[in-house]
Amino acid sequence: MDIKQNYFEFYGLPEAYELDLGQLADRHLELQKQLHPDRFAHLSDQERRMSAQYTAYLNEGYATLRSPLLRAQYLLKLRGIDTHNESSAQIDPMFLMQQMELRERVEEAPQHTDPDGELAALDQEVAQAMAELQAEFRRMIGEPSQEALDAAASAVRKMQFLDKLSREIERLEDELY
Amino acid sequence: MAYSEKVIDHYENPRNVGKMDAGDTSVGTGMVGAPACGDVMRLQIKVGNNGVIEDAKFKTYGCGSAIASSSLVTEWVKGMTLDQAADLKNTQIADELALPPVKIHCSVLAEDAIKAAIEDYRKKQGS
Repeated sequence: MDIKQNYFEFYGLPEAYELDLGQLADRHLELQKQLHPDRFAHLSDQERRMSAQYTAYLNEGYATLRSPLLRAQYLLKLRGIDTHNESSAQIDPMFLMQQMELRERVEEAPQHTDPDGELAALDQEVAQAMAELQAEFRRMIGEPSQEALDAAASAVRKMQFLDKLSREIERLEDELY
Repeated sequence: MAYSEKVIDHYENPRNVGKMDAGDTSVGTGMVGAPACGDVMRLQIKVGNNGVIEDAKFKTYGCGSAIASSSLVTEWVKGMTLDQAADLKNTQIADELALPPVKIHCSVLAEDAIKAAIEDYRKKQGS
């Protein structure tokens, strides 16, 4: 184990968007056992600190690889693109228009004759759009060209908008119950 | 993080929230978004024959600073010529609202939005 390795290497998994979640969970359990603090109790302070550092890296890696959005962002980051922290980027105006309309529908959902149904329908739409973007990302990140990489980044930026939208839907659903 | 009084004022009493007919040739629409936070902003201007902005409307889904930045811009650009409005800088917005460094990107978004609205209007006019 080495925290200079990226999360995929650390977990001994292929560096790809497609990931076997069961295999990831198994590897996580194995690595957790290897790093268990009890096994380091008899060691020096420095070695115990290192074990804590490894555990933190392990947990961060697990959270990142498990989430479809975080995993996509991470794959881009490994290729030098940080979509999570960039302050501005060109976004397709048509996509923004759709986002605006969806946001308006989410905002008005509590006044809808059937708020639960409307929110469920919105949730479904967002999930569908998210699945399409994930499929697009999976195709593009496997291609070696710069154009494909740009397309992959563009898909992730859109996912970030949808992620915000789905959290907004969740927030409203919580409020309704 | 504490918001400045001006941000809170615009957030609680946003000016000029609304929508204009995007198909109207005297209306320019700017749509921008910040992928990092998922904010979306629509800013629209209605321009008179003399090239002066008669009215402005916005709708922003985002944090208080993003709402305040776009609200402030709609207030400022009314009565401006297109060139004057195109010269607006995000730093003026950030200064007026006393935005902290982590919220500067909200003022950038508002500047991008007014520029996009002006560009859309000019494109429609064919000039």
